Amino acid sequence: MDLNLVHMVLFLVGIIAFAAGNAAYLVWVERKGAARIQRRTGPCEVGPAGLIQPLADGAKLMSKQIVFPDGIDKPLFMLAPMFAMIPAVMIFVTIPFGPVGFGPFADFMIVAREMNIGLLMILAFASVNVMALLLGGWSSKNKYAVISAIRGVSQGIAFEIPLVITAITIVMISGSMQLSTIVEAQAGGFWNWNWMPLQGNLFGPVSFIVFFICFLAETNRAPFDLGEAESELIAGFHTEYSSMGFGLFFMGEYANIVIGASLTTILFLGGWTSPFPEFVPVLGASSFLWFLLKIYLLIWTVVLIRWTYPRVTLWSLLNLAWKILIPFALINLLGSAVLIKILPMLGL
Amino acid sequence: MGSQALSQNNETFEINLGPQHPATHGVLRVKLTMDGEYIVDAEPVLGYIHRMHELMGENRTWAKYLPNMGRIDYLSALSYNLGYVQLVEKMMGIEVPERAEYIRVLTTEMNRISSHLLWFGAFVLDLGGFTPLLYAFDDREHILDLLESVTGSRLTYCYYRFGGLYNDVDDDFLTGCTQFLKRLRSRMPMYHKLVTGNVILRQRLVGVGPLSAEMCRKYGATGPVLRGSGVNYDVRKNEPYSIYPELDFDVPVYSDGDSMARYMVRMDEIEQSMRIVEQCIAKMPQGEIKAPKVPKLIKPAIGDYYHAVEAARGTFAIRAVSDGKNQAYRMKLRAPTFCNLSLYQEASKGMLLADALAFMGSLDLVIPEIDR
Repeated sequence: MDLNLVHMVLFLVGIIAFAAGNAAYLVWVERKGAARIQRRTGPCEVGPAGLIQPLADGAKLMSKQIVFPDGIDKPLFMLAPMFAMIPAVMIFVTIPFGPVGFGPFADFMIVAREMNIGLLMILAFASVNVMALLLGGWSSKNKYAVISAIRGVSQGIAFEIPLVITAITIVMISGSMQLSTIVEAQAGGFWNWNWMPLQGNLFGPVSFIVFFICFLAETNRAPFDLGEAESELIAGFHTEYSSMGFGLFFMGEYANIVIGASLTTILFLGGWTSPFPEFVPVLGASSFLWFLLKIYLLIWTVVLIRWTYPRVTLWSLLNLAWKILIPFALINLLGSAVLIKILPMLGL
Repeated sequence: MGSQALSQNNETFEINLGPQHPATHGVLRVKLTMDGEYIVDAEPVLGYIHRMHELMGENRTWAKYLPNMGRIDYLSALSYNLGYVQLVEKMMGIEVPERAEYIRVLTTEMNRISSHLLWFGAFVLDLGGFTPLLYAFDDREHILDLLESVTGSRLTYCYYRFGGLYNDVDDDFLTGCTQFLKRLRSRMPMYHKLVTGNVILRQRLVGVGPLSAEMCRKYGATGPVLRGSGVNYDVRKNEPYSIYPELDFDVPVYSDGDSMARYMVRMDEIEQSMRIVEQCIAKMPQGEIKAPKVPKLIKPAIGDYYHAVEAARGTFAIRAVSDGKNQAYRMKLRAPTFCNLSLYQEASKGMLLADALAFMGSLDLVIPEIDR
């Protein structure tokens, strides 16, 4: 038996389980977190502390009838939720979770298929998400859904530009698009991470903030959740979706949050490297546990932001992208280029 | 920017905002003609919860009409109770004992606080912030508990009677009020810090939905909407009733006329109402709560009567024509949000959809009160 094949299948199953499990349990985390913020208890009936609630919700969604409203574009209507979930699962293939870090397999890297252009692939697949929004809204034959889809597309395009420019800055600093190389370049304590203004890159914090804002906007999270502005557009682009159609959109959204948090961690927070220098016993070791800790801290920040801030309007959102983030990202790129490439070239 | 976009193309589409829509908080329907994200025309369609309260006033006795008052504006029902019982007292020449007047003002102002708190939460919900709603409801719950302990109901109160009250308050209620004020005083700075000072909130409210004093006069807007446009008009000060002249309070007025001004007026009114409640508790006289001689049968003399009070949303006025029988010949209720809504069509032209909903929220609409 080909060991490579076993490895592949195991990882595929693992990744799908990770994506789906995260999507399901982040809903629980979000509901519990929101409840905590709002002095409520949140889900508490199904299982201890409502832990079985996501499964119950999933079972409910799956057992519901899929309603196809009259006059919809049926093939596109059915395609859209798949576009929301499939790219999200695909992206997990290239995300390296890091070495195990302890035990007999300490150096074993947890990654399905590391690619030397991993970052490019992730960004490419992430932009498919906009298609899901557009197709879902467009094929529904619902005015609210169409408005929401248009909003979502203009938002997605606007924020993808600063996102990619900022990612280019990081690629320039580490000299590779391979995610593991980007992480390895940040090893050796938290002051080496890309968001710190050390390491010759004075613009690190700016990059980090721009990237984080774009990540919020790209995943349609509050305060940028214009596509789902329930006080304006009912449920936005998925107004007409029921059953697992809605379920896939929902899971896709949470899977995208995990991806966004992973990418932010890899690019700026040192991925699986420990915040402590390597000579510190135990805590100094690189491990996928650091990676998970960092992404869940980021996700918790995202949840906190959602339940604290009101929603921005479309115009101020687009202004933020085009007038503030893109110029900042460009200046950042130029500044980093001068600092990292041009000055050393001139021998300074 | 709006008019420019409108002139470029004439392709518009219509969407229905309501009657079942999360932003209208009830069964208001607004027919929106949109050009992209801009509103070309917004036509409010009323009548989905019309219950003929005015006609009911004409075919039942004066006393039987009293419970209707709690069902017009269910969020500040006591102001409406107060307006009606004071109208009847005016017609019949009934003198109300001082203690009853103090309790009336105290409970009315508590009700105003609860109404404004609910508005505060629902308004921020309209803007996409969910959390303040539950904090506001938490505070409001205390008021409802307190009022339930004296009036017997939590929402549709029917507490005042011609010539007095249904029930006297006890010391528990008064200490409960004092404790609640202490609690709310400590929480108001939190609301201001978290919500009023929020960048996104300010961005969405400052300069949005500007209403001139002219516009407000034209449509007869009253209450916080009018005071947010720089007009210092409050029935409690301008046509004093009950014991308001004896109490020391300010009328918050903001001159910007935008949604932020209306927001600030309401937030300041909560503070002022707290001051009034405190004074009522401090000055609360002992004595009867019911006028000694209230006629069993209310039969006002032939005439045309009018009385206005300041409800949480503006001037609530009743004009009743009596033909000397035991029920009114004509009952006209002036509901403040009806007038406040009527300026919506003109004011929302050229607005963004999101801004128009923020603007609608800032008018503080209660749909059953609009339809009556």
